[in-house]
Amino acid sequence: MQGLMTVFRKELADNFNSWRFIILFVLAFAVSVFAIYIDAQYIRQEVSETRFVFLQLYTTSGQALPLFILFITFFVPVVGIILGFDAINSERSSGTMSRLLSQPVYRDMVINGKFLAGVVTMAVMLASIVLLVAGMGLRMIGVPPSSEEATRLVVFLVTSIIYGAFWLGLAMLFSIYLQRVATSALASLAIWLLFIFMFAFPFFAQPGQGQLGLVIMRVSPITLFWQVATLLLVPGARTLEQILQSGGLVPSSALPLSQSLISVWPHLISLILLMVVCFAISYIKFMREEIRST
Amino acid sequence: MSELSAQLVVETVDLTKVYDGNKVVDGLNLRVEEGDIFGFLGPNGAGKTTTILMLLGLTEPTSGKASICGYNSTREPLKVKRISGYVPERVGFYEDLTATHNLAYIARLNGLSDEVVSKRVGESLGVVGLADVADNLVGTFSRGMKQRLAIADLLVKTPKVAFLDEPTSGIDPEGVNQMLDLIARVAKENQMTIILSSHQLHHVQRICNRVGILVRGRIVVEGLLDQLGREAFGGGQFKIEVRLGEITSGIVDRIKKIDGVVGVEKSGDLLLINCVKDLRPQIAKAVVDSGSSLVEMKVQSYALEDIYLKYFKEV
Repeated sequence: MQGLMTVFRKELADNFNSWRFIILFVLAFAVSVFAIYIDAQYIRQEVSETRFVFLQLYTTSGQALPLFILFITFFVPVVGIILGFDAINSERSSGTMSRLLSQPVYRDMVINGKFLAGVVTMAVMLASIVLLVAGMGLRMIGVPPSSEEATRLVVFLVTSIIYGAFWLGLAMLFSIYLQRVATSALASLAIWLLFIFMFAFPFFAQPGQGQLGLVIMRVSPITLFWQVATLLLVPGARTLEQILQSGGLVPSSALPLSQSLISVWPHLISLILLMVVCFAISYIKFMREEIRST
Repeated sequence: MSELSAQLVVETVDLTKVYDGNKVVDGLNLRVEEGDIFGFLGPNGAGKTTTILMLLGLTEPTSGKASICGYNSTREPLKVKRISGYVPERVGFYEDLTATHNLAYIARLNGLSDEVVSKRVGESLGVVGLADVADNLVGTFSRGMKQRLAIADLLVKTPKVAFLDEPTSGIDPEGVNQMLDLIARVAKENQMTIILSSHQLHHVQRICNRVGILVRGRIVVEGLLDQLGREAFGGGQFKIEVRLGEITSGIVDRIKKIDGVVGVEKSGDLLLINCVKDLRPQIAKAVVDSGSSLVEMKVQSYALEDIYLKYFKEV
């Protein structure tokens, strides 16, 4: 345990001190503020349904695809990838790995500590973005969130951390399998791009391709997360299945929290499963890997 | 060669490692006793690093057993790692952390408390002469400084046994000597057993009391330095070259009878004499007594280098 905490503390300090984190954070914050600003332009026209005024801060942009959700959907993977793409192979190429592993700690402490530090870093980042936006919103509209809205935001936050953890796990997976830092970064980004294209697919699917759209929807982490985020933050949103069946994105009447959670549940489980699979593969590979003389 | 009282620190029994059908380490039997500075010699690719990695429990042997202070390296790697230190060949530090932070990280991984960590780290950096740059980023360090930092890294841990893989590679000659002296001093002051791998003999010769030469995964010779000479050259540690005006069989017989001469070889007008000590006066007397004229006489004692080269040629 003490080994895990040592690795965790060191990696966390590294993350928060690194330029890449500071740049990411500033960028994320700037873009969220921008997204909120755009959304807020519409908020006065849109407030027809008074139950979810506060949530509309995050979701109203006059269109069916709320800007803030889209931004988080596309941006969180980048954070995960940037935090994880060189986790293992940079230690290997700089020669610190064999020194580290010759210390009396279990080998999995190294990978667990790194993963945990990445997750906590992302949690801090996402929580502060959501809170900063909330603070700004409070000033702008002067309406405090209701308890239901707060619950929805918390669930959304937890989901986005899990989503980020999936990408972190994926990036770490590549950093274990690929020797070069640049290759592993590119590989993770390629996967990210691929899923973004897949994300667009259901929206442009021809009627006959609905089945393919459904498959993509169920495996693509980007689509899964977007679905969860939309269902949580736009209480009237419909699932992609419904969209694929009938076409159109126009929200129907709002669902209560319990119903939203029920419709979110399968997607959330898929996301968690993807994250666990990614991390498990990395873990096994890392544990079995032999240190070789070069 | 081994006293019964001396404790065995490193032991391997028929240690074998096969990579892709190649026997990198082939039935290695190695014993290093407490307090030894053992020079692990061999050309590149002889299996030195692989052996060290197996001893540390970082690589699993294909067959055979490796143990340190009685702990099985494969089965009890954590216990082994607690008492052994390792300086890899391309020793790496976190370049964006200071020297102090780098060492403190390793110290904490070894379970030292925070007060002990800062005290030990400070002391260790002082011993290796890096106290002035303790708070500089390791990225700004030269290769030699990083090697010294690696020794400080060992000191923080103060293991019973330390494996140094090519600790002198890539440093300038003056730095090499300082480095070796530092290693010898650290070993003595902390009663560490040192296993030092290298392909450069004169480095090993400077501080090691025992050496083992590893070629293609096998120990071809192992023991104390002077012993090695005798084993390698059929007894004689001194080689005397005598040039005579004329060589008669009488002279050869006479020389052979001298006490301590192991062998006499004739090549042209040269006589090559192997002997256990410097017998020049006796040989000169024998030559003069037999009535021949002595033109030239040279003596050389074997450096480890000759021994080493001899084994390399044989393989």
